[in-house]
Amino acid sequence: MSELNSIEAPTPMIRETKKGSVRKHIITVLVRNELGVLARIATLIAGKGYNIEGLSVGETHEKGISRMTIEVIGDDVVIDQVVKQLRKLIDTLKVRDLTDTPHVERELALIKIHTSTPRARDEVLRITEIFRGRIVDVSQSTYTVEITGTEDKINAFVELVKPFGIMEMARTGKVALKREMANTEEDTSWK
Amino acid sequence: MTRKGADIVIEVLKEEGVEYIFGHPGGAIMEVYDALYRDGGIKHILTRHEQGAGHMAEGYAKATGKVGVAMSTSGPGATNLVTAIADAYMDSVPVVFITGQVPTHLIGNDAFQEVDIVGITRPITKHNFLVKRIEDLPLILRQAFYIARTGRPGPVLVDIPKDITQKLSDVKIPSLDEVKNSLPGYKPHTEGNPQQIKKAAKLIMSAKRPVLYVGGGAVHSEAQKELVELAELMKIPVTTTNMGKGAFPELHPLALHMLGMHGTYYANMAVYNCDLLIAVGARFDDRVTGKIEEFAPQASIIHIDIDPASISKNIVVDVPIVGDVKVVLRKLIEEIKKEGAKILFPEERQKWIEQIEKWKKLHPLTYRKSDKVIKPQYVIEEIWKATKGDAIIATGVGQHQMWAAMFYKYSFPRQFINSGGLGTMGFGLPAGIGAKLGRPEKEVFVIDGDGSFMMTMQELITAVQYKVPVKIAIINNGYLGMVRQWQELFYEKRYSEVDLSVQPDFVKLAEACGAVGFRAEKPKEVREIIEEALKIQDKPVLLDFHVDREENVLPMVPAGKSYRDMILEDGKKGVDADTMYLVG
Ligand SMILES: Cc1ncc(C[n+]2csc(CCOP(=O)(O)OP(=O)(O)O)c2C)c(N)n1
Ligand SMILES: [Mg+2]
Repeated sequence: MSELNSIEAPTPMIRETKKGSVRKHIITVLVRNELGVLARIATLIAGKGYNIEGLSVGETHEKGISRMTIEVIGDDVVIDQVVKQLRKLIDTLKVRDLTDTPHVERELALIKIHTSTPRARDEVLRITEIFRGRIVDVSQSTYTVEITGTEDKINAFVELVKPFGIMEMARTGKVALKREMANTEEDTSWK
Repeated sequence: MTRKGADIVIEVLKEEGVEYIFGHPGGAIMEVYDALYRDGGIKHILTRHEQGAGHMAEGYAKATGKVGVAMSTSGPGATNLVTAIADAYMDSVPVVFITGQVPTHLIGNDAFQEVDIVGITRPITKHNFLVKRIEDLPLILRQAFYIARTGRPGPVLVDIPKDITQKLSDVKIPSLDEVKNSLPGYKPHTEGNPQQIKKAAKLIMSAKRPVLYVGGGAVHSEAQKELVELAELMKIPVTTTNMGKGAFPELHPLALHMLGMHGTYYANMAVYNCDLLIAVGARFDDRVTGKIEEFAPQASIIHIDIDPASISKNIVVDVPIVGDVKVVLRKLIEEIKKEGAKILFPEERQKWIEQIEKWKKLHPLTYRKSDKVIKPQYVIEEIWKATKGDAIIATGVGQHQMWAAMFYKYSFPRQFINSGGLGTMGFGLPAGIGAKLGRPEKEVFVIDGDGSFMMTMQELITAVQYKVPVKIAIINNGYLGMVRQWQELFYEKRYSEVDLSVQPDFVKLAEACGAVGFRAEKPKEVREIIEEALKIQDKPVLLDFHVDREENVLPMVPAGKSYRDMILEDGKKGVDADTMYLVG
């Protein structure tokens, strides 16, 4: 034992490492609509070994600027890293992980359902009305229903009409915006 | 004024102050080469392989801090650049890569010599562009330079279809302000949060056992003066990473030299036992930290870095400060001075410095000397002495690289040029040529491995053509030495495919290229041939040192292990229990 051992009791010799829980995140990204911007963002996320679960892109009220909403399942710590790296991209203007921030989100689905019997037609119509959906296309044996709402609402609708037989389905992926509230803390990051 | 796209390229490069283009021509880039010829205002170095052009541009950039430029044709020319692009990305080197592309109307057709180089390099560039309209060409080129050199520097690629270089336009060259305004999503931070700087100042003054851990970011921002001032003011020992070498003078009494896998015993012990780690422009790379749970396990961490994405990436830090290293250090020093620059626990700090001195004496950087065989470390020491510690050193990758890091003592930033992040064998020779062109007043030594040298040795003829008097010291062990060392230590000496004893006669090879070649096989010849080489200033000189074949790089912390598992310079495993400081 050296005499120096007496200076101070050592604190635990294991450093705390970062591990977050794995869950679905919803990230919103404002981008300049430049060539390859979507590929750049997809490459970055894929480079972390993560799959994009949902993705929607559309132009905003400002010309040349689009908003992307990305759903991705991943470790909190890695997602934090993804967000920081998305901010570093030259073509991104604003990047937010909305998962733990109050926000509104909506998704739209088109669902083509087997409705060859009168009973099926009645039932699907009724369920559609309850869900405030609309029938946007009708054929002799199918209804195509448009439904908007949260992910849960769409999932619930899908479960209810499954017994009739779903022929095809398309979902837009979520769009989301942060809720404005009286006293939200000021956002200090520059992107 | 109406001119061709190709002329615009040359015009912008001159506007950006480009001195050299490193490149190799071909079909898709011919217009630019024609413009270069007609203009005559920029020097072009015709490399024998595009990878060489890329590394030369890197070497030039690393040695000077200016943006390097490499140029190639489409297809194979562009793919040959890829290794250098990845290398520049990993080490944050500002290089603009210009590639020719097939004409716009053929893109996507699998045309002759077409590759999607923008797609290929997307994950290994800071940014890249495909030019689709001639009107965008000058702005994109200026954006490329601006992005490459600002913030955390990095490579930017501009892919220019042939028809764009042929079209005529009178588009004007945008001003720097116009360039900045055209990039609303790009605002490289430089300031550092004042609150965090205050916190850091307090921590530094109240620390008992602080260590500064300095990386490449300190070199990029040229913060040597600030580092020395902070270290001396607060009596803080300084360890530098491979990339941070030269940011703090290595002969300074507070210097701990390199840390990590091949770090010194005293640097690793200091980091293991410190109570405050001040990371400056460093990124907690796994070659530095080893087993992350046992990296500086008792320390609070301050992390100063220009890149917000580097902070808290591998390790949780207590005080993150995003900003340019030089600017933040300056403010930090002011803040500390404002608070009276007091060391709150002077006795503990004194004991800490003394303890470090003990470690330095106990296990200095050393090796077993010999007067029969040439020890590789001896060669490096002799080069250091013969060049009075003032040469720029460029290296390949392997054991020789680590010996060059350990046994040459660096005193100024940009003095040690190597491939730290990607670890690219073949980097040394072209990077050394680029460095010599950028800093002709300095002696430039390439310290290369026999394996590494053979990966880009075609550039020897390039050095001869342009009369670049680089010195190339091959630490010739007839092995892929670093791999052999791992096989010795971790695979019971099963030397699988590492023997390079069948090799060219390097002296004759040098002569065949019109360079000068010398060989040393005995220790006493080492100094002689170095002195001879230093007399030659009009052509490259190759020095072939036949060294002890199975020498190992020590000390070593095996990959993924803790500093406590260090193998010492005598090959003894583990750190002696009573040499540990606060560890029971
Ligand atoms: C392009 C490339 N291929 C493979 C490796 C893996 N590698 C690392 S060091 C090394 C051996 C280097 O041999 P040499 O250049 O002779 O240097 P030495 O270790 O013998 O000093 C190899 C193969 C690498 N770093 N780069
Ligand atoms: Mg070798």
